Amino acid sequence: MNDPKPVISCRNVWKLFGPKPEAYLAGIDPTVAFDTIRADGYVPAVRNVSLDIAKGEMLVIMGLSGSGKSTLVRCMSRLIEITGGEIEVEDRVIGSLSEKELIELRRNKMGMVFQSFGLLPHRTVLDNVAFPLEMRGQDIHERRARALEVIELVGLAGREHYFPRELSGGQQQRVGIARSLAIEPDIWFLDEPFSALDPLIRREMQDEFLRLQAMLGKTIVFITHDFDEALRLADRIAIMKDGAVEQCDRPDRIVMNPATDYVAKFIEDIEKARVVHARALMQPVNGHALTGAPVDGNKTISQLARLLVNDDRTALPVAAPDGTVMGVLDRQQALDVLLGAGE
Amino acid sequence: MTITATNAPAPERTETRLRVAQILFAAALCLAIGRFALPDFLVRPPEWLILPFADWINAAFAFVRDDLGLIHVTRAFADGLEWVLDVTANLLYGKNRWPRLGPIPWTVIAITAAMIGYALNGWRLAAFAGLTFVWIAVMGQWQWAMETLSVIVVAAPVSVFLGLSMGILAWKSEGFRKILNPLLNIAQSLPHFAYMIPVVVFIGVGPKAGAIVTVIFSVPPMIRMTLLGLQKVSAEVVEAGHMAGATRWQLLRYVRLPTARTEILVGINQVIMQCLAMVVLASFIGMPGLGQKLLQLLQALKIGRSIEIGITIVLLAVMLDRCSKAWAMKQPVHLEKGASWLTRHKLLVLWAALVVLFWLLSLAFPLLHEIGRRDALSLSEPLDAMMDWIIATLDPVTQWLRWFLIVWVLVPLRDGMLWLPFSAVLMFLMAVGWAIGGKRSALICLAYFGLIAMSGWWDRAMITVYTVTFSVFIATLIGFPLGIWGSRSEGRAKVALLVCDTLQTFPSFIYLIPVIMLFGVNDVAVVGAVVLFAAVPLVRYTIEGLRGVPASLIEAADMSGATRNQTLWNVRLPLALPTIMVGVNQSVMFSLFMVIIAAFIGTQDLGQEMQRALSSSDVGKGLVLGLAVAFMGLTVDHLVSVWAGRRRKALGLD
Repeated sequence: MNDPKPVISCRNVWKLFGPKPEAYLAGIDPTVAFDTIRADGYVPAVRNVSLDIAKGEMLVIMGLSGSGKSTLVRCMSRLIEITGGEIEVEDRVIGSLSEKELIELRRNKMGMVFQSFGLLPHRTVLDNVAFPLEMRGQDIHERRARALEVIELVGLAGREHYFPRELSGGQQQRVGIARSLAIEPDIWFLDEPFSALDPLIRREMQDEFLRLQAMLGKTIVFITHDFDEALRLADRIAIMKDGAVEQCDRPDRIVMNPATDYVAKFIEDIEKARVVHARALMQPVNGHALTGAPVDGNKTISQLARLLVNDDRTALPVAAPDGTVMGVLDRQQALDVLLGAGE
Repeated sequence: MTITATNAPAPERTETRLRVAQILFAAALCLAIGRFALPDFLVRPPEWLILPFADWINAAFAFVRDDLGLIHVTRAFADGLEWVLDVTANLLYGKNRWPRLGPIPWTVIAITAAMIGYALNGWRLAAFAGLTFVWIAVMGQWQWAMETLSVIVVAAPVSVFLGLSMGILAWKSEGFRKILNPLLNIAQSLPHFAYMIPVVVFIGVGPKAGAIVTVIFSVPPMIRMTLLGLQKVSAEVVEAGHMAGATRWQLLRYVRLPTARTEILVGINQVIMQCLAMVVLASFIGMPGLGQKLLQLLQALKIGRSIEIGITIVLLAVMLDRCSKAWAMKQPVHLEKGASWLTRHKLLVLWAALVVLFWLLSLAFPLLHEIGRRDALSLSEPLDAMMDWIIATLDPVTQWLRWFLIVWVLVPLRDGMLWLPFSAVLMFLMAVGWAIGGKRSALICLAYFGLIAMSGWWDRAMITVYTVTFSVFIATLIGFPLGIWGSRSEGRAKVALLVCDTLQTFPSFIYLIPVIMLFGVNDVAVVGAVVLFAAVPLVRYTIEGLRGVPASLIEAADMSGATRNQTLWNVRLPLALPTIMVGVNQSVMFSLFMVIIAAFIGTQDLGQEMQRALSSSDVGKGLVLGLAVAFMGLTVDHLVSVWAGRRRKALGLD
């Protein structure tokens, strides 16, 4: 996450639908309002988006349907051509790649998971997973061996000869995930992968996904409309509305300091204590007298609730996982987060 | 319903539309009533209006054929095709041509059909397919049936290949699609005979002409289904292909085409059925086989023998339809892991073993190889006796019906139709067009029928119009109540739809057998055949429309305390009407086709002229007549689709 070079970098990316969008875009001010563009007969699906995604980071793009999140991720994989701006993937401007170079890039660097799975109905699980390998011309034994490996990884061993139609939704999405991982991509796009699943399965798949990510450490762009899902998974969240990114930050910072009214409304019903970590609230040590056992900075306020209520210190030391004290947590402030301020 | 109110076009626009229609209708009425006072050029299309389309087309054809030398190309192509046809002819019925291996013993073909049936849909289809061939062999029709099949097995794959390639092209290029679409519309409403005449001119007569006309006739649905299938492939599947790094070719070959499998296979089913229908009809251009035999027997009024052939054609049709549909519906099922080669290919091995077994048996017992004319059974004597009895019993009824229909209905109607001034007919059509779709529809109606008037075949066309109108009217009287009756319960609907499906697979020719049997060779028989043929889609779409009404609406009606009849009239029928109208549309199309085919019984309409054009190989005349029929069909098609589209929108069904 500390790598200075971003893996994906979007600079003022625009995607307009309508007649001759490039000419129209050249004639407008980039800060023009959404409604003005609509009134001119254009649909701004992505509006002046700038984002950097670091190596190994999981960025969750979050927004309601029609907010442009799916379009944005398709711009990053160049399934859709952008109207303006520039997108770099691993220092290459993907807009200027030839068809051949683009295919090379996808065959070796990118994987994508789709909301309705996008499985090929006439192929078995094994052949679906091996499909990207087949496209790049790997021989049959090699690609089958690799496909079996990933099928095992997503927990579908024993079902490799089933057809998609013979599997449940959750299992089908496991196939989708396995397929996207078959080529060992560095960049992993997931477009609402769990939205089509029912809540219990969704939860299970999220755990599964976190397990995989802990193991593989890929650079991930994850799309969702479910804020709880975003909070569970994200390193950073980008909240989109009407094609523009309203705020892009760490989950606890978004919860503590919403940048716009829209974001504030969005997080209204979120239980902040479950999102905010102790280290997000801590202040520098200077001046405070530190006494007693430190609290773990990576725990959320709600995980620390019992301790916060029972402890009588006004300031608690906060420690990193290795035990070094990083700062100090004001107990009153933490209780405000836990119980709501001023009531 | 409130939905109607919100989505309907502004009321004043509807009102002006209807006002204009009323004025036009009044004008039509005035023209009809004031016929005696009309100048001649308003009663019948005047000489100066009639354009020599036929001569133009003939000139164009002559130019293309002789001056551009296309005839050498087509003849060369036909020779190539003939070579392939000879191979299948040798294999299936032992025509003395390369590879001189045939004929394959009938038992081997029967067991092969049974195995295909088993692989596609289990025991029942296997028994049906196998027994079909046993029946053909035992009844001594092997030679004719194989003549027919040897053309189908060549024509259907060619047609599928052409349709698939053109479908892909149409999907790739919007320009091509735009050109192709109206052409397909016309092609699918041209009567069968219109295709035959140019083929006779370019290719000649016989099996190769039969094969080519069959290919031309059966390609359009394949193009349509391929295009539909490719357009329906979900965006995500294609994106998944892109993300897997597939090239354009890989996307088409490994992603799009396999995903469109079902539609493509339904297209193949339609190709096979169209092939069978056309191959039977191609007997008119000297195509040997079941069709030719049936034609001869019908003309000689040998009812018993023609019923035998009819049964064979029906069995073949149902078998081909069931097998190809089963193929389309078949979904892949996984095999257990580590299944051996033998388990994976057990059907193939079994088939090979059976083929060898039966081949050896047929060497030992010649009857298993070929059943000669002398050994064949025939049901014709008891059938003839039974038919004679039925006809004798029904005779008073049919005699009376024939007399009544001809004297009191058909002749007066025909005379009335011919009496009407053509200007009144055109005005009336414009009124209908305006009432349904405003100015545009009125002009389309005028253009289609105006062209018919300019073709110089107005009187003949009016006879066709009267036959079709009357037949569809009777078909509605029969089909609509039957449809309502059939939709009353789930089980009934299932049976009725199955019967309709089966009836629709019969080649149109078959429908002539019972009516000729009952009414002899006259106008009543023609109307009878058309009514039978046209009632089937009506029943079918009525049932589908009524059963397709959303369950929530029926529940709402039930909870409002509506009786079954109230639900039918107030909820089901209004919502089903757009679907039922699609049935009416198809019914009109089927009638037009049937009227033209029935011409060989002896009618005085466009069909009779078409027969004459066919026997004199007059391309121009044949195409003009064919287009006149197509324009009638397209007029109805346009009006129905505009009306049904608006209704659907108003009901919020889309």
